[in-house]
Amino acid sequence: MSVPITVLGAGVAGLCVATELSARGHAVRVHDPNGIPGPHACSWWAGGMLAPFCEGETAPEPVVRLGQESAAWWRQHGAQVISDGSMVVALGRDRGELDRFARRTTSHQWLDVDQIAALEPDLAGRFSRALYFADEGHLTPRAALAALTDHLGTRGVPITRDRPAQTTGPTIDCRGLTARDALPDLRGVKGEMLVLRCPEITLRRPIRLLHPRIPIYLVPRGDGHYMLGATQIETAERARASVRSVLELLSAAYALHPAFGEAEIVEIGVDARPAFPDNLPRIRRRGDTIYVNGLFRHGFLLAPALARMTVDHIEYGIIPEVMHDAHS
Amino acid sequence: MPIYYGTQIDSPLMLGTAQYPSPAVLAEAFRRSGAGIATVSVRREARGARAGDGFWALIRELGVHILPNTAGCHSVREAVTTAQMAREIFATDWIKLEVIGHSDTLQPDPFGLVEAARILCGEGFKVFPYTTEDLVVAERLLEAGCEVLMPWGAPIGTGLGLNNVYGLRSLRAHFPDLPLVVDAGLGLPSHAAHAMELGYDGVLLNTAVARAGDPAAMAEGFARALEAGRLAHGADPMEPRDMAAPSTPVIGQAFLS
Repeated sequence: MSVPITVLGAGVAGLCVATELSARGHAVRVHDPNGIPGPHACSWWAGGMLAPFCEGETAPEPVVRLGQESAAWWRQHGAQVISDGSMVVALGRDRGELDRFARRTTSHQWLDVDQIAALEPDLAGRFSRALYFADEGHLTPRAALAALTDHLGTRGVPITRDRPAQTTGPTIDCRGLTARDALPDLRGVKGEMLVLRCPEITLRRPIRLLHPRIPIYLVPRGDGHYMLGATQIETAERARASVRSVLELLSAAYALHPAFGEAEIVEIGVDARPAFPDNLPRIRRRGDTIYVNGLFRHGFLLAPALARMTVDHIEYGIIPEVMHDAHS
Repeated sequence: MPIYYGTQIDSPLMLGTAQYPSPAVLAEAFRRSGAGIATVSVRREARGARAGDGFWALIRELGVHILPNTAGCHSVREAVTTAQMAREIFATDWIKLEVIGHSDTLQPDPFGLVEAARILCGEGFKVFPYTTEDLVVAERLLEAGCEVLMPWGAPIGTGLGLNNVYGLRSLRAHFPDLPLVVDAGLGLPSHAAHAMELGYDGVLLNTAVARAGDPAAMAEGFARALEAGRLAHGADPMEPRDMAAPSTPVIGQAFLS
């Protein structure tokens, strides 16, 4: 053990990097002025879908490829991953959206009425066809962050609120949007979400409802709880869920299944995702500091790959594919 | 090339800035199409933001004229307030005026539109009204002070093309010198070429480009179609006719049938 590596930020990026470092034998300390993960971190509000193929609808190729290593990584590091795939549906008049989604994604199969009913009995008869992505999964973000925090604790890795008086040795900066002071091309993309409790209905896997204006997804959280997400608005505002956004999200959930009309609204969450102009993540090196940032809406999906690449860079000097740097 | 309120724009293409996979893709679409005007939605995105921030800085870097819009406004008051906010944020008196009359079809409310146009023109705004192809509404908008009209091709986001070619042609014929831009409803470059063949000055697109699998390629496709349509209109196309009229003489040839 030599000089510890300092990780700044205890969101999903920071905790994954710290976990990977610790697992590979490095001395690590994590610093976050807000302490352990909580509502201050945008990871707290994430959907937790490990859905690289679905994301390929709009995300570039690296997201699809790098995202495929996430489920195994999370499982290996103590998070509970549910591997029941994901399902994509559209209402009758938006059927064209489903064909478009199918054309732009891979690793899916078409389901007919009976197959939908077999996988999701509560959606029986509601949709004539659906897309099923069998190789996808999901996790519960807050539980996954807690699992990493606990695991780091047992390995003697502290998460401190006070910034170390002097940092010698390398620093990995995973501060998300706060790192805009050092990363001027980072921007915030606002997201609004809800947590609903709807014990009347059981959905086993994430369901995406396509719509030209208001696409939504529902992620089962267990115990009758569902995460309903998410808006994507080009502003760095990190508060203020608007009535319009919440109305649209809830209307879409109601259209997916009327049982959501009787659901309890447990939480309304808002935050801004850190993103670079191409919405792909970056690893950047400035002297002794390595910046890992810009995970956009793919925090839990891409943080494991970024952690691996960051530690590979530290150990072997391998230049990660996401180190291309528009501003240097 | 079109002149809007005294400003000449080097392209007939106006592009919206919503729904792209990323700002980088958006920028590439502008680069490859040479679009001259970027429309931006103020109401939804700009609240609490400064124009130099994040996404707005990226839009500014495009180096094109910015036309803020009042998308999502359902009342005169909302639209007027949003226009005033846009003027502050973007330091421009251009405003694309939308007053939505129906939340499902998003079609314009012509009554609210005329009223809002009158108020904004009175406040010195240069108003680009999103309207239907209705001739009477068009006259009212001009009376209110508008010097550009933006009739729809079809409802926003439908990609159906020019739904009422007669109405659009009639509008062009009644206002031969007024800048006319087809706004909304276009899905394919052929629709844009059609609008230009009718003598329109430009088109405004968003969904057709942003939601294409390759937005930059689609944007370039539209730009080329616009150029094709513009050339065709200027070249005085032939009149269609019901009977075949061979382009080479047939007198003296043997009848083969």
